[in-house]
Amino acid sequence: MPVATQAPATLEELAAALASAAEAGTPVRFRGAGTKQGWPPAAPEDAVEISTAGLTRIVEHNAGDLTAVLEAGVPLAEAQALFAKEGQRLALDPPLGAPGGEEAGATIGGVVATGDTGPLRGRYGGPRDLVVGIRVALSDGTLAKSGGKVIKNVAGYDIAKLFGGSFGTLGAIVEVSVRLHPVAPDTATAVGEATSPDELARGALAIGRSPLEHHGIDIAWHGGRGRVLARFAGAVPRPQAEAAEKLLRAEGLATEIVDEDEPLWDEQRAAQRGPLVVKVSGLPARIPELARAADETGGSVVGRAALGLSWVRFEEPSAEAVKRLRREFVVAVQDRPADLDVDPVGPLEPGVRELMRRVKERFDPAGVCV
Amino acid sequence: MTNGSLLDSLRGIVGSEHLVTHERQLATYASDGLLQYAAHPVAVVLPGSAEEVAAVVRACHEAEVPWVARGAGSGLSGGALPVEEGVLIALSRLRRILEIDVENGRVLVEPGVTNIAVSQAVAPTHFFPPDPSSQIVCTIGGNVAENSGGAHCFKYGFTTNYVSGLEVVLPDGLVVHLGGAELDHPGYDLVGAFVGSEGTLGIATKIWLRVIPKPEAWRTLVAFFGSTVQAGEVVSRIVAEGIVPGAIEMMDNLSIRAAEGATNAGYPQDAGAALVVELDGSEAECEARFEQVKELCGEADSVRVAQDEAERDLIWRARKAAFAAMGRIAPNYYVQDSVIPRTRLAEVLGQIEELAADHDLQVANVFHAGDGNLHPLVCYDGSKPGEAERAEELAGLIVKACVDAGGSITGEHGVGVDKKRYMPAMFDEPDLATFQRLRCAFDPDGRANPGKVMPTPRLCGEVPGPYRRHPLEQAGLAERF
Repeated sequence: MPVATQAPATLEELAAALASAAEAGTPVRFRGAGTKQGWPPAAPEDAVEISTAGLTRIVEHNAGDLTAVLEAGVPLAEAQALFAKEGQRLALDPPLGAPGGEEAGATIGGVVATGDTGPLRGRYGGPRDLVVGIRVALSDGTLAKSGGKVIKNVAGYDIAKLFGGSFGTLGAIVEVSVRLHPVAPDTATAVGEATSPDELARGALAIGRSPLEHHGIDIAWHGGRGRVLARFAGAVPRPQAEAAEKLLRAEGLATEIVDEDEPLWDEQRAAQRGPLVVKVSGLPARIPELARAADETGGSVVGRAALGLSWVRFEEPSAEAVKRLRREFVVAVQDRPADLDVDPVGPLEPGVRELMRRVKERFDPAGVCV
Repeated sequence: MTNGSLLDSLRGIVGSEHLVTHERQLATYASDGLLQYAAHPVAVVLPGSAEEVAAVVRACHEAEVPWVARGAGSGLSGGALPVEEGVLIALSRLRRILEIDVENGRVLVEPGVTNIAVSQAVAPTHFFPPDPSSQIVCTIGGNVAENSGGAHCFKYGFTTNYVSGLEVVLPDGLVVHLGGAELDHPGYDLVGAFVGSEGTLGIATKIWLRVIPKPEAWRTLVAFFGSTVQAGEVVSRIVAEGIVPGAIEMMDNLSIRAAEGATNAGYPQDAGAALVVELDGSEAECEARFEQVKELCGEADSVRVAQDEAERDLIWRARKAAFAAMGRIAPNYYVQDSVIPRTRLAEVLGQIEELAADHDLQVANVFHAGDGNLHPLVCYDGSKPGEAERAEELAGLIVKACVDAGGSITGEHGVGVDKKRYMPAMFDEPDLATFQRLRCAFDPDGRANPGKVMPTPRLCGEVPGPYRRHPLEQAGLAERF
């Protein structure tokens, strides 16, 4: 556990706090709401924690331009409430709380730093696609920005993408500019129940390759059965949901259409957290293999079928299960017990590891951002 | 190593038929799409495989010679402008589509494959959304370097949103595989950092692209208004309704006249503004939303709805011909690529008009209205003394007005050599120094496309201060990244 927590009140103060820790050679762990602190390796005993709890200003909401500027510590839910008043949202819907935790306060900074995403990823992309500008603090005290406040911009390097998913190991994300989207007036979800991995995949792929403009195709699988969810949103989503239902039925799935579909998707989102959760970077056509591997290891799967991204959750954590999945898939470990002996990242090509080391060395020459 | 011995090694790698050193042949490669800049490199080398690219880059590295990579040379920022003391690496022979996996929505290509060829390879069911106007000739390698957009990116996004993996030759000749066919490979998002880096971090030799199903239906109309301000208000109302058109494009009177003269698309020559709106998606959704759009265009002087594919093509022909048609207005033009927050459109267009009058020059405006990406075309006659300089000054002031409004110096053309002088208008010294950190991690010797993007030359030097590995990291326990 880190020895002390600081919560600077401004971006400048955060940069200064980071710089003075670096000068003292003290490792630093950044913290938002603390809902994903178990994902990276445990911080060293002598680390200080720098929290973004003091950076909670919604700096701009430009409704007409569909953009906003948020300090890193703004809880995502709070920003969404504001955007909702204008019929808009930041199309990021990852789980907001830790498993079993009462606080559901994931911050925008934490979501970007971990690259976490929910079902809306299928339609709108993730933080890498929605963050249009970023401000970061580096361990030498530098406060720097890249990108801007407009949705189209290719000036300069894309530092936001580099910091997205970097878990604070290059520096602190202190402010982000984001692109917003209008909230569709109506939604409907076609649901298909599958009783075999192949059926599950056939259903999902049939919708995925159709010209239907889905708002996300998800799968859920556990213990030899599962379902495909295909969501549609817009002024008139129902005809598309019906077309999707027809495709699912043609593949042999038992189907229904759910108009009040929010709870279905809440469930998908919630299943991304648990005692042990691994994120699988796969491909749509490999759904059957993944479902079988999950059955073998006692895991349950939720995933964005059209993207090939899945989360496998284990009620009883075991390093063996991770090893088993890694034999076939690219896997990152997210939630896990602190004492489980697994490498969160997994094997990397030596050249990539070397390039990452070079990037880390340039951005954090003091080597204190852990 | 002398240039002579470097040329010998290059010849050994690609064969003498793929090494260009004759002054007259070098002239072909002296400029990219931005003809204001020209330079002859020492040699142009045309490798035929990823391995040959790596060998060429390694030879340059050993000889300490800078290099510039080039795709189709259609870029509009001088990004592929050669350096005189360096080698130009032309990737036009790497034009194989290596894998087409429609089921998974992936295509693996070499950098010299044209943008349009990707969509063609997955037709008729799928397409590759980024669609720069030059898509018939421009290459995927160039699209990756510039993070190209196009008319449809307001809805569909940019090149960076569609690249999942890259094979990259680093400036020291090392070959790395970043990402892959799958999304979200663990580790830093080096794919995201590489796309849009304008050839300064290395050469992509294989590119994994995402392709998506073609929408079921489309509806296209062009509405003509008395002024760009009026048309701009309609754009705002469409967006405020929560409608996300596949494309929404505006042209002002000057560009309408030029384009109409060139295409006879039937645009009224006296219209103050033309607004092209295209919706795509499901049949029912398109129909419902298109009715709304037509209503919102109620104040237009006239509205033309495309009834079939031919009429749709005609509407688009005028828009796509706008740049090329500028020759009808003036012998030369200078195109800008600035972006503004869309809500500032009326104000910034007013400023542009005033600035143009002050400089006694004409400026035509063609723009991607959804995302505020303006393409002001500053028209001039280069044969009249002083006019080119005046045009350049005006272009600079337009860029400044856009940045002051909260925008960007470039939306899709890239900084290259042409806009690097404007970088300080957007970025302060700590920002630029932070960009340089990324550059130095990939290219510590500064040999990849030197003189581009950054406003002033910078050296990397050694890593400042000793990089200390934390004991946990040394023990291999904390090596997250």
